[in-house]
Amino acid sequence: MNTETQKVEQSELGEVAIKIRQMHKWYGQFHVLKDINLEVKSGERIVVCGPSGSGKSTMIRCINRLEEHQKGDIIVDGTELTNDLKNIEAVRREVGMVFQHFNLFPHLTVMENCTLAPIWVRKTPKAEAEAIAMQYLERVKIPEQAHKYPGQLSGGQQQRVAIARSLCMSPKIMLFDEPTSALDPEMIKEVLDVMIELAQEGMTMICVTHEMGFAKTVANRVIFMDVGQIIEQNEPTEFFNNPQNERTQLFLSQILQH
Amino acid sequence: MSDNTTTPAGQDYEPGTHPDLPPPFTASGPVKWVADNLFSSPANIIMTILAIFALYKIIPGFAAWAISDATFLAADRNECRELGTGACWAFIVQRWELFTYGFYPEAERWRVILTFVLLMVVIIGLLWENCPGRKHVLRFALIFPFLAFWLVMGGFGLERVTTDQFGGFMLTVIIGVVGISLSLPIGICLALGRQSNLPIIKYACIGFIEFIRGVPLITLLFVASTMLSYFLPPGTNFNLLLRVLIMVTLFASAYMAEVIRGGLQAIPKGQIEAADAMGLKYWAAMRLIVLPQALKISIPGIVNTFIGLYKDSTLVIIIGLLDPLGIGQASLADNKWQGLSTEVYLFVAIFFFISCFAMARYSLYLERKLDTGHKS
Repeated sequence: MNTETQKVEQSELGEVAIKIRQMHKWYGQFHVLKDINLEVKSGERIVVCGPSGSGKSTMIRCINRLEEHQKGDIIVDGTELTNDLKNIEAVRREVGMVFQHFNLFPHLTVMENCTLAPIWVRKTPKAEAEAIAMQYLERVKIPEQAHKYPGQLSGGQQQRVAIARSLCMSPKIMLFDEPTSALDPEMIKEVLDVMIELAQEGMTMICVTHEMGFAKTVANRVIFMDVGQIIEQNEPTEFFNNPQNERTQLFLSQILQH
Repeated sequence: MSDNTTTPAGQDYEPGTHPDLPPPFTASGPVKWVADNLFSSPANIIMTILAIFALYKIIPGFAAWAISDATFLAADRNECRELGTGACWAFIVQRWELFTYGFYPEAERWRVILTFVLLMVVIIGLLWENCPGRKHVLRFALIFPFLAFWLVMGGFGLERVTTDQFGGFMLTVIIGVVGISLSLPIGICLALGRQSNLPIIKYACIGFIEFIRGVPLITLLFVASTMLSYFLPPGTNFNLLLRVLIMVTLFASAYMAEVIRGGLQAIPKGQIEAADAMGLKYWAAMRLIVLPQALKISIPGIVNTFIGLYKDSTLVIIIGLLDPLGIGQASLADNKWQGLSTEVYLFVAIFFFISCFAMARYSLYLERKLDTGHKS
């Protein structure tokens, strides 16, 4: 993808989907996130990278309130995240999340995993929810596994089910928390392919990952985090070819070496 | 050793084209089982021989005493002695109805039988997933407690029977079924309450669980039978059986809560996060995601508590309720039937063993059925 098409796409981006303003978070005395400012437009695809312990996972988990922030504002899809459970539930309905360890429900079949939230949260009739689930399972290329249990699938298949499960809620925003870190190398590609396809369809995505190839292919913007701060952000070509910050240069030289 | 299945000699297979062959005779089936389980090592061989020898010594003697030399019909102990040298089951046969119904009026016993039959229908419907007409049975299960109460106690057209006439197996089953069916939901609530973020709920649950667990059941039963009348307003007549049911249920609930808490703690945090991230509310997440998994893990402990409760129901003897053990002890005082304690206690033991063994087997079946191949 060259810079020109990306610029065209940038202009096509819609209104603000996520706005984080001067956000801070502490674990006890430990200041994990420091003054995070981030604006994500609808349709934008953002890759977050950085060394472990830099706060990248914590940051995206704040966006659907799996983690609570103590200072600053987070506004998702026009709703501010406060202690109000109604707001939190509203945000969570519109934000899908894919976890490093899949977190599929092992006591339910793949189909039941996918229809649970539509039926119980969106109150979709069961037959309709199953039809939608089947569509998404076909899109992630595992319709034939619909009636198996997660424990019977490979890691890559499980992660694809997890993606389908999130999509079944027709979310406006998708968060990916290191979706390929727990997978064998052979399986990383099948998951990335699904994510690339999703990106090409215009889904708003924030993705914590170390897959720099993925970042180069689909991201509009790459964010580098360290010690709880956003150190640098730029569009991918510029980010990889011409990193400004010393810390970014060091990080990139280390992960791109092999 | 010669294999009964032979690979065609000297034939080379392309990778991936080798056919699946059946395992050799000695690697599967009963031969392998015996070799693995009975004769796998010198110590194992010695134990097998000793066990067979012990069984040979015990079983024929016991069978002769219990069956071939035993008397099943006789008027009293002396007649028993004349008829056979073995066990005197005549005593049990004669008192069978006392053991089953206690002092429940004879003319009304059909009500107990009917209730028991309906109870079996409900239990089968609840426990057997592919039971024909299960939907109707489950709907019936909702009204069954009221129906059973009416049938057993009387009123509304049926003759009233007071609870001091209850006894025998009937009493055990009543205490067991009520205790089991109430202690599970109460235990779940206590376990969830103990993990609550709201301090009042949390400490109330902890206080309740620790207090009840810290006091012997006998003490609670004594409190139920004697001291409760001091706390209640004078003149209130609070049914003794009801007090016992409440105490037994609370006692089992406290244990149940701790068993289930163990299950809850085994559920990875990611499961709740995934449920939260989908927008499921607390109760939906608990009911659909957390509890099904936690209860599955806790099945052995839950059934263990059930069995404990069921057997503890014999303690009601000390506050004057006559369960089978109580009936047995009272019957042994009869001059006509002296020295039959072995038969009586064996009989009661068999009754309890059958009930408890059934629960244990069902729990194994459930564990196997609910296994979805996920171990992590």
